[in-house]
Amino acid sequence: MTKPIFREPSHFEERRRPYTFLPFRYLDLAGQKLLVNEVGEHLLVPDSTFEAFVSKKLQPDAVAYGDLKAKQMLLDGPPDVPIRMLATKYRTKRSFLSGFTRLHIFVVSLRCEHSCHYCQVSRVSTDKSRYDMTVETANRSLDLVFRSPAPEISIEFQGGEPFLNFDLIRHVVEEAERRIVVEPRQVQFVITTNLALVTDEILEFCRQHKILISTSLDGPASIHNTNRPRPGNDSHELTVRGIERARSILGYDQVSALMTTTKLTLDRPEEVVDEYVRLGFDHIVLRPLSPYGFAVKTKLKTGYDTDAYLRFYERTLAYVIEMNRGGRFFVEGFSQLLLTKILTPFATGYVDLQSPAGAGISAAVYNYDGDVYVSDEARMLAEMGDKTFRLGSVHSDTYEAMFGGELLRTLVESSCVESLPGCSDCALQTWCGSDPVENYAKQGNIIGHRPTSDFCHRNMSIIKHLLRLYHEGDDQLRHIFWSWVNNRPVAELVPGLEAIA
Amino acid sequence: MIRLVSRGVAQGQFRDERLGRITTAAVDPDLRADHAFLVRPASATPDLTGYAGVLVLPGAEVPTTDLPATKVGEELSYLSDGDVVLMTPSGRISVLYRKSSRHNTILSTERCNSLCLMCSQPPQPEDDSYRVPQILRLLDLIDTGCVELGVSGGEPLLLGDGFFSIVEKCKRLLPSTALHVLTNGRLFKDPTLAKRLGEITHPDIMLGIPLYADVDTVHDYVVQVQGAFDETVVGLYNLAEHGVPIEIRVVLHAQTYRRLPQLAEYIYRNFPFVSHVALMGLEMFGYTNINLADLWIDPVDYQPELRAATMTLAERGLNVSIYNHQLCTIPQELWPFARQSISDWKNIFVPECEGCTAKPMCSGFFHSAAKRHSAHITPPKIPALLADRLTSLGVEAARG
Repeated sequence: MTKPIFREPSHFEERRRPYTFLPFRYLDLAGQKLLVNEVGEHLLVPDSTFEAFVSKKLQPDAVAYGDLKAKQMLLDGPPDVPIRMLATKYRTKRSFLSGFTRLHIFVVSLRCEHSCHYCQVSRVSTDKSRYDMTVETANRSLDLVFRSPAPEISIEFQGGEPFLNFDLIRHVVEEAERRIVVEPRQVQFVITTNLALVTDEILEFCRQHKILISTSLDGPASIHNTNRPRPGNDSHELTVRGIERARSILGYDQVSALMTTTKLTLDRPEEVVDEYVRLGFDHIVLRPLSPYGFAVKTKLKTGYDTDAYLRFYERTLAYVIEMNRGGRFFVEGFSQLLLTKILTPFATGYVDLQSPAGAGISAAVYNYDGDVYVSDEARMLAEMGDKTFRLGSVHSDTYEAMFGGELLRTLVESSCVESLPGCSDCALQTWCGSDPVENYAKQGNIIGHRPTSDFCHRNMSIIKHLLRLYHEGDDQLRHIFWSWVNNRPVAELVPGLEAIA
Repeated sequence: MIRLVSRGVAQGQFRDERLGRITTAAVDPDLRADHAFLVRPASATPDLTGYAGVLVLPGAEVPTTDLPATKVGEELSYLSDGDVVLMTPSGRISVLYRKSSRHNTILSTERCNSLCLMCSQPPQPEDDSYRVPQILRLLDLIDTGCVELGVSGGEPLLLGDGFFSIVEKCKRLLPSTALHVLTNGRLFKDPTLAKRLGEITHPDIMLGIPLYADVDTVHDYVVQVQGAFDETVVGLYNLAEHGVPIEIRVVLHAQTYRRLPQLAEYIYRNFPFVSHVALMGLEMFGYTNINLADLWIDPVDYQPELRAATMTLAERGLNVSIYNHQLCTIPQELWPFARQSISDWKNIFVPECEGCTAKPMCSGFFHSAAKRHSAHITPPKIPALLADRLTSLGVEAARG
């Protein structure tokens, strides 16, 4: 063997130039500096390292130099490949934008037999003609749904209680399935229901059409029935019975539940989680009250401030993490969403936390009367008398006028965190989003004011909390967080010796 | 260890190389040109007319024939029906395919555009594209039930059209054989090559592509080519775009272990589409011996980095394997990721392994490790959980 000439490491550093910066944002976190690049990759470094970096004094042999370069915040050579990598990752992170509107919410009836304190819109009424969507309205709404270019769409039935107008649901499902034969696309149906009125016949229809059920469960009976009154005070019992029935007919994983946090929940998070576990769920989503409708009117009764919610959130999360440490796979859904945004290169499909906001471009609401809104919150605002976010009516406006019109353009333009005051230089920007409708409802204009925004305070606080937990936690905690991101138990990702025994 | 190349004594009319599939039983006259007849001791020799050649094992009677014939040594007595050998007039016998093995690899070329510090197959500058027709011929003879076939180099893409014709022929003749190609991926910086490979739509191909760091300077130094890192990165993107499955391979040594945890994160954030990541121990062969001073680190000394990288990849849901590491050198929590990765024909254990009950689960060593290996080789304490499994494996191995 002839010995070739091997070159020293220094030879391969000849291309190196004094470094410059690629876009990143930063803030103080846990006594260090958090740096986040344009595609959401982050790094925590000591303040002194940060100082050296930004004053261009960081030495190439420093570990942080390589770390910053590998995360494309530091550039010391030809830019072509790092820029191409960033571009690829940027496209991936923003892929939720391709396809345009994919979630289409049909409010098939405003009527409901519940009278929940926090409910924004429902009516206890037997006047079917007044508050139910008609076949004509539904057909015209479907015309618009099928104008959306998205190859995969979701049609979600909401209310009121949608099962009070089940015949219309049946019509929409069958009509949509007829249409996809000639206009091929994937359609997923979801019904958001309290399950009180569900019958085997309805569930059999859901099974045949692979319809998912999303129900409301606020915790054990003592909390649930107080939050969700109905005649007979039996909401909890009916919901639990409905969940079991739906699981047996549709399949266990076809049924999910959502909770709304009220003042009553704040001191009893463990009971709420335990109830979800008792009922065999492995997933809970902690949701704050939304600032609309009756929720605003009854604020004194059910409301609380953001700090109270954050205390509740952290306490519940701690309890759920302990449960996972004990070997029970159980996911908190909002953390799962944020961790996916923070830790993975992938996009998320959650329309309520994205930039530009999902209003209209990712989701649209077809109200019972044919009015079209950019979001559920926009519809609730309209029920309170303010139709600012009404795109138009299925009876009188064209798709182009509604989905290409001034309102939607303004909303998109005004909801990019990259340009919003207070967001544009925020390090957490790539993981966050904006909500122009909430800004308008609470702060009087769609741009909003970040220093006094509950939305900003809540999301920033939760993101920072998750980052602190992740970076200060032990291996097991990181395994748990990743098991949430992957939606798989830890043992499936990091097998123990029993896997080879 | 199994000898894949051996020198015997050539006889008969032996003027050119002969490629043949081993048979010990008579085959149809019109198929004989594909076969090399193997004469075992005390076996009857049929009419040999038309065979590609004849191999005669020690103790067997040398048949009277004009065919190219080679008397071979005892080390080739493992040969059996379905294996493929290349016979040369000099008496050299190369075993190119063993039907019973999962470790069959085709050396596609000895040319390479990199010069890795630890290359176990040091490149040769000469044009050896004459191999392509030989390989295409070999593919005719390989058993269609072959589970996996490797293509190594050198850099196979330097064969140009020849490379693609090999992949196409594999798809046509061996559609159920997994094809595993070792390439540095650099030439796929040309998107037309990635597209061309993707369009072959081989049903089960995987490209094993090395990436030694998350920064260019380290990777370029290891492969001794400035700009190689950028080329490989672009190649990975081009291949992904055309749906070609990719495995990332990282050889661990003194130049690569430090940034291994960051490399794992880098792979996930930039190439989450990869099918598999292999973290591989160093083979003490080829250039490794020349550069040992710059490369050697006792594997026990990089376990924190190996552990962090493995966990990083695994918890992110990527398939990760640890190759070429003895179980006694890695922490038990990494045992589920350790594979028996060393090709059977060069796999050994060392005297320190005597009496170790973990052997049936252990990768053991490359034969070259006899020269240098971890100073910490000693039978590990067996966790109770694994005792039964190891006992049953041990019994199977003994029967074996």
